[in-house]
Amino acid sequence: MKTELSRRELLKAGGALIVSFNLFPSLDLFAGEAQAPGMPDPTQLDSWIAVAKDGTVTVFTSKVELGTGIKTALAQIAAEELDVPLGRVRIDMGDTDKTIDQATTSGSRTIERAGPQIRQAAAAARKELLRLASERLGAPADKLAVKDGVVSVAGSPSKRVTYAQLVGGKRFYKTIQAEGKLGEMKLAQDVKPKDPKEYEIVGKSIERVDVPPKTTGEAVYVHDVRIPGMLHGRVVRPPVVNSAPSSIDESSIKDISGVVKVVREGAFVGVVAKTEWAAIKAARNLKVNWSKPAFQLPADREQLDKYLTTNKSFTTLKQVEKGDPAAAIDKAGKRYEAVFRWPFQMHGMIGPSCAVADVRGNKATVWSGCQGPFRTRASIASLLKIPEDNVRVVYHEASGSYGRLSNDDGAEDAALLSRAVGAPVRVQWMRHDEHGWEPKGPAQLQKVRAAAADGKIVAWEFVDYSLPWTVAATMTLLASQQIGLTTKIPGQGNGNQGGGEIYAFDNTNVRAEEIPWMKPEANPLRTSNLRAPGQLSRCFASETLLSEIAADLGVDPIELRLRYLAADKRASDALKVAAGQAKWEWHRQPAANSAAAVAKGRGVAMTRRAGGYAAAIADVEVERATGKVAVKRITLSHDCGLMVNPDGVKNQVEGNIVQGVSRALYEEVAFDATGVTSLDWVSYPILRFPEVPELEVALIDRREVAPLGAGELSTVPIPAAIANAIFDATGARLRDVPFTPQRVLAALKAAKAA
Amino acid sequence: MAKFTLKVNGKSHVVDVDPEMPLLYALRNDLRLNGPKFGCGLAQCGACAVLVDGKAIRSCSLEVKDLGGRAVTTLEGLGTVKNPHPLQKAFMEEQALQCGYCINGFIIGAKALLDSNPKPTDAEIKEALEGNLCRCATHTRILRAVKRASGQAV
Repeated sequence: MKTELSRRELLKAGGALIVSFNLFPSLDLFAGEAQAPGMPDPTQLDSWIAVAKDGTVTVFTSKVELGTGIKTALAQIAAEELDVPLGRVRIDMGDTDKTIDQATTSGSRTIERAGPQIRQAAAAARKELLRLASERLGAPADKLAVKDGVVSVAGSPSKRVTYAQLVGGKRFYKTIQAEGKLGEMKLAQDVKPKDPKEYEIVGKSIERVDVPPKTTGEAVYVHDVRIPGMLHGRVVRPPVVNSAPSSIDESSIKDISGVVKVVREGAFVGVVAKTEWAAIKAARNLKVNWSKPAFQLPADREQLDKYLTTNKSFTTLKQVEKGDPAAAIDKAGKRYEAVFRWPFQMHGMIGPSCAVADVRGNKATVWSGCQGPFRTRASIASLLKIPEDNVRVVYHEASGSYGRLSNDDGAEDAALLSRAVGAPVRVQWMRHDEHGWEPKGPAQLQKVRAAAADGKIVAWEFVDYSLPWTVAATMTLLASQQIGLTTKIPGQGNGNQGGGEIYAFDNTNVRAEEIPWMKPEANPLRTSNLRAPGQLSRCFASETLLSEIAADLGVDPIELRLRYLAADKRASDALKVAAGQAKWEWHRQPAANSAAAVAKGRGVAMTRRAGGYAAAIADVEVERATGKVAVKRITLSHDCGLMVNPDGVKNQVEGNIVQGVSRALYEEVAFDATGVTSLDWVSYPILRFPEVPELEVALIDRREVAPLGAGELSTVPIPAAIANAIFDATGARLRDVPFTPQRVLAALKAAKAA
Repeated sequence: MAKFTLKVNGKSHVVDVDPEMPLLYALRNDLRLNGPKFGCGLAQCGACAVLVDGKAIRSCSLEVKDLGGRAVTTLEGLGTVKNPHPLQKAFMEEQALQCGYCINGFIIGAKALLDSNPKPTDAEIKEALEGNLCRCATHTRILRAVKRASGQAV
C-alpha cells in the first residue's frame, strides 16, 4: 500500500525537478472533460472527489501536510468511507485553483474539522456510486455491497461493477449540501456516514505516505521547486526596528557577476541574481545606509514587564467568571500569590522561509510552503493590488513551521522581486533573516492569586497579560508593511485556555488581557501564533501554583487536582492514567533527598485544550552546584478522542513533548531597544540529542469521542511538570521560563533563604 | 568563475562556479540534488550534511575550491524509495521524521557513524548526532532507526 502511494507521489512531484505551469492540472483525471478553471464550487461533489480511469480516487483539499501526518490520516478517512484500499487514494493538497478553502492548517484542527468534511464528501460519493451501480446492475441499492471499490449484488457475486467502470475519468455532476464556510463548513449532512464501530482503516497505525521520499531526497519541498527561467532573490532587512534605507550604494556589488537588479520599494530592499550564490553575496555586500530606528523597543525584560502591566488591554478574553474570588481571598486563612513570566520564543523552522513567485502583468502564481494557501492568495492580491482570482498558490511542503507559516512572508518577498524583474524568482531567507524577522511567540506575564480554607481551595484568580499576535489573518505582513500598507486592528488574542479553568473552585476568575504591542510595523519582535498559542505559559503559571498549594496543604498534587475535576471524567482519567503509567507515589514535597548534590524529583501537570486532555509527569535531576537541570523522563497520557492513525498521534505527541522540554529549558529570544539579537542557533539554543528524555506515552483510546487534533495538546503541560519536578527535587520555585542554570541557582538561593 | 570536476554519488560532473561558493549550492543548483538542504549556512544545524570521503561534512561551509578531488556522497547516493539503503529503510520503518527537512543530516551523520562504529551504544549515537538540530523533535525515533539499521534490538 505504502509503496504504491509513494510512487504516485513521486510521479506527481519528485520525478520532475522542473515544475511545469499548467492552468488545467486536473484535466488528466477527467479524460478530456476539462474542469472549469477558477474557484471550485463546494456544492459540487466533483470539487472534492474524482475517480480516475484506473480507479484511483483523488481527494482535493486546501489543508496541507506540514509533517504532522494529515495527508495519510485524511486518506484513511476517505478510503474508509468509500470502501477502497488506502493505496488507491491520493490527496491533492493546497492548490487554490483546485480546492475549496477549508481554512488555514493551524490550531491542530485539521482532523477535527476537515476530517468530517472529507468524510462526508466521501460518503456522498459512495452513495452516488451505489445509485449508479444500482441502475447498472438492476438491483436496489440496499442489496449492494462494496469491497475494494467493487460494487456487487448480495447473493449474486458475479453481478459486479467497479467504481472505475461507473465514473472513472468522468465527473459526477452531483450537487451536495454545503453550509457554512472554512473550518465550519458542513458538507452532505443528509448522508449518513459509516458507524465508527465498522472502521477498518481509520484507527489503524498506517505508515505515513510522505515519509519514504523524505528519507531519500526524492520529496520535492518548496525549497526544491525550480521553474524555467527562474532567478534567485534575497532580501536585505534593516538591522534595527522600523528603519528605511536613506541611500543604497549599488557600486558596492558591481564586482559580483550575475546580479540582475537591486530592488527597492519603500523600506523593502532585495536583490535578484541569476544564481543563488550571486544573490547571497549581493545581499551580504550591498551597502545600504539605514535610517535610525523610528522608535525604541523595551530594552530588556524588566522594561517589557512594565510595558505589559501598565498598558491598557484592547480586549479581555474571559474564560471563567464565577463567584467573587477577590472577596474570598481577602477573607481566607491561607493566601497564595505569584507572578510568572514567559519570554518571546521562536518557531525556529530548521529550513527558513522560501517561496517562488511568477508575477506576469496582473496575474501571479506562487509556489509556497504556507499553512494557508488561501490566506497567502489574499495577501499576495493585496500586496500587488490585483484580484484574488488572478493569484494561484500551489503548495509544496516546507520545513516544519509550528504556526510560523500561517503568515507567508517569503511569498510576499518573492512576489515583489518577481514583479520588479518580470521573471519567476525564488527567495529563501538566510538564517539571520528568519531568526531576526520571523514573528515571535508573544511574551507573557501572569498574576495568579488563590486562597484556601479548611484544606479546600476557595478562590482562584488568574490574569494573563499577553502581547497579541501582530501578524494574523487580515493583518499585513512584513513586505506589505515595508511598502507602506498598514494594519487596521491592534492584533489577535493569544488565547485564554490553561489558566486553571478546568478545576471547579468555588470562586474563580480566569481571563487574558491582550496588551496592544507598540508599533506593529516592521518590528523584529512582531508576534504570531506559536504552537498551542499562549497556553504553555498559562499552564506553567496555573499548574505550578496549584502544586505549590498542594505542597503547602500537605496533599498529593494529583489527589488535590482530582478533587476539583470530579465532574470531568476525561480529565480525571487522563491524570489517573499518567499516574498509573509513571507508578506515581506521593511523598511530602519537596523530596527527602533535596539536599543531595544531584537532587531528584517528580512533578505533575495537566491541561485541556480544544477538547483534548493531556497529563504529564516529569522526572528531573538538578545539579545543585551548577543549577543545571536534566529532564530524565516524561510520562504523558493523551486523549484526543478517536485516533485516526495511532502511531501518527504518538509521533506528534513525542515531538510535542520534546519541543516542550526545549522551550522550558533553553529558549528565550534576546533583544535590545532596537531589535532581536538572537540571530543564529548559538544565540538561540534549542534542545540537542543528548538532552532528550526517555518518553513514556499512554494513548487513551476513546472511540466514542469524535477525532481531535494531536498537534498541540501534549506540549502544553511540559514546562509546568518540569517546574514542579524541580520544586520536588530542591524546594526551589521557578517563576521564569526558560529554566537556565542561572535562574535555577537564583531560585535555589531564594529557597534556602526562605 | 572556474571549472571544477566534482565526484558525486559515483559520477563526475564539471561545474563552472565561483571557487568560494559553498559546495551546497553546487549540489543543489548545478547538480539538482535535493537531499542536502540549506538550514543555516553557518554549520550550526546539519541539514546540509554530505559525506566527503566517508566523513559527514557541512556542505554549506565547505567552499568548492577546498573540496579537492574528494568523493562526495549525498542522500540520493545512498538509495531510493524503491531500493533504499538500510538506514533509509530503518527511518521509514520507525517513522522517524515529521517534516523531514533535517533528516538528510541525521541519515548522513548516522551513515558516517555506522561506517566507523557498526554497533554504537545509545550514548554514542546521541553524541554523534548532537550537532544535528531537529525541531519537530523525533529524536527517540531517530535513535531507534539508527539502532535498527545497525542490526541491534530496538
